[in-house]
Amino acid sequence: MKVTRDEVLRLARLARLSLADDELPKLEADLSRIVDYVAELGKVDTSEVSDAPRVGPTAAPLRDDEVRVGLPRAAALAAAPRVVDGAFAVPEFVDES
Amino acid sequence: MSPLSLPIAELARRVQAGSVTAEAVARESLKAIADRRGLNAFLHVSEHATLEHASALDARRARGETLGALAGVPIAIKDALCTLDAPTTCGSKILAGWRSPYEATVVSRLRAADALLVGKTNMDEFAMGSSNENSAFGPVKNPWDETRIPGGSSGGSAVAVAAGMTLGALGSDTGGSIRQPAALTGTVGIKPSYGRVSRYGLVAFASSLDQVGPFARDVPSAARILAVIAGHDPRDSTSSAAAVPDYEAACQRDVRGLRVGVPEDYFGPGLDAEVADHVRAAIARLEADGACVVPIAMPHTRHGVATYYVLATAEASSNLARFDGVRFGLREERPGSDLGTLYDSTRSAGFGPEVKRRILLGTFVLSAGYYDAYYAQAQRVRALIRRDFERAFAQVDVIATPTSPTAAFPLGERVADPLAMYLADVYTLPASLAGVAALSLPVGRTRSRLPVGLQLIAPAFAEERLLSVAAACERAAP
Repeated sequence: MKVTRDEVLRLARLARLSLADDELPKLEADLSRIVDYVAELGKVDTSEVSDAPRVGPTAAPLRDDEVRVGLPRAAALAAAPRVVDGAFAVPEFVDES
Repeated sequence: MSPLSLPIAELARRVQAGSVTAEAVARESLKAIADRRGLNAFLHVSEHATLEHASALDARRARGETLGALAGVPIAIKDALCTLDAPTTCGSKILAGWRSPYEATVVSRLRAADALLVGKTNMDEFAMGSSNENSAFGPVKNPWDETRIPGGSSGGSAVAVAAGMTLGALGSDTGGSIRQPAALTGTVGIKPSYGRVSRYGLVAFASSLDQVGPFARDVPSAARILAVIAGHDPRDSTSSAAAVPDYEAACQRDVRGLRVGVPEDYFGPGLDAEVADHVRAAIARLEADGACVVPIAMPHTRHGVATYYVLATAEASSNLARFDGVRFGLREERPGSDLGTLYDSTRSAGFGPEVKRRILLGTFVLSAGYYDAYYAQAQRVRALIRRDFERAFAQVDVIATPTSPTAAFPLGERVADPLAMYLADVYTLPASLAGVAALSLPVGRTRSRLPVGLQLIAPAFAEERLLSVAAACERAAP
């Protein structure tokens, strides 16, 4: 299957990546080849498989419902690129118009 | 004799007894790291903290305290594991210089066992790679031939051990990232069963596959590190409550009567002839030691690469959504740019080409119209791969295969061809998809003196059996 330039750009939008024009030709070629390769899975007879497999514990264990100390706010904020009034700061994004 | 040439148990015993000081060991290890800087195995060396910690250990011993199972043992930590006193970059520009506000449980456990945590090792960015060439901080070189790759993604950890800078290291293995570099550098590397070791503080790549495990120069040394890091962690609900057996004692058991399965599916086209010869010779030595060799069939092995690259990229595309420039790490922000643009430009500037490729592939296989044909179908094939293992383990106790189809390949050889790079993991991926226990140990050298690894695979939580067979192989080596 050919993964077109438009398809790469659609995926990039979904994945929140802005790709430079010079990145696109190689991504189109690589993704087309990889998608062709993994498409072999479609030929495997999986009619006998009922559920998706699971790994690890069969049920998620529950812990006691007790209040515990978490990460202190100052530590959580210490590596943030921008902090305002004890909170992570980002550009405005609410469109009130 | 350098303390760095001792097995881990012997070095720890001497440090506990005071016949070798932790400080002397720390200085040797730091010197070896400095001498081999050209290999680019370390991203951060904790020189000051290591020397301070070593003196503190010696002082505790002098006061009559008994030191832990890894007393004075220098251990390197893959930079995918969070540490408090050193940066954690995961080999990525997006986390360059980042300091984690908490520490991985496995790191705390090594510290509690009195290990010396000398530094953080280089790796493929976000553990995505099989050659260590995807690190944002330059490739690691193979100490046996510096024009060749050391394997990946835990290449720095493998090289720290192989080049004698440390006696042990931690790596993480999602599809072979401990076993393949172990094979290519001539070290022992264990991928424990899914759930055997806590992942709290491991930067997540593909959560249904990721496991933390040790590297060491010999099997009992790797077993000792595994015993320290294994076991339930209340902070990781996927970690098992199963008791941790005596892994070092398992290394003393003999293999008489054990059934070793050999799947011809792992010896097909693409396997280098010299690698095949060494692997078959190692299996023959096990047979000479009294093990029974049983041919088995694992017909879905050939779908491992495709299954893995659908499922692992899908999980990665979700796990890596957290790197958005808001709470930690790199932020690319221009005056007047909105939040969406901040996300897009941060991620585009911070992630390297392989990470972007995998995020896009993972986004593709999860997107509307493709989900069932790719992601859901890969889950069903994963069930068939698991079934291959269940059927095999009804007949045999362990499975023996090559770890890597070739010895270390030249730097640059596969950089332009992601699919060729993915095929480097063809023999390690199935055990990851099945969640079972596996390891690689060195079983010989090619004519160009490059190490060859044997992969042993045991059922989930049968690490003892795995270690018994691996230690027997090691003892039988010519």
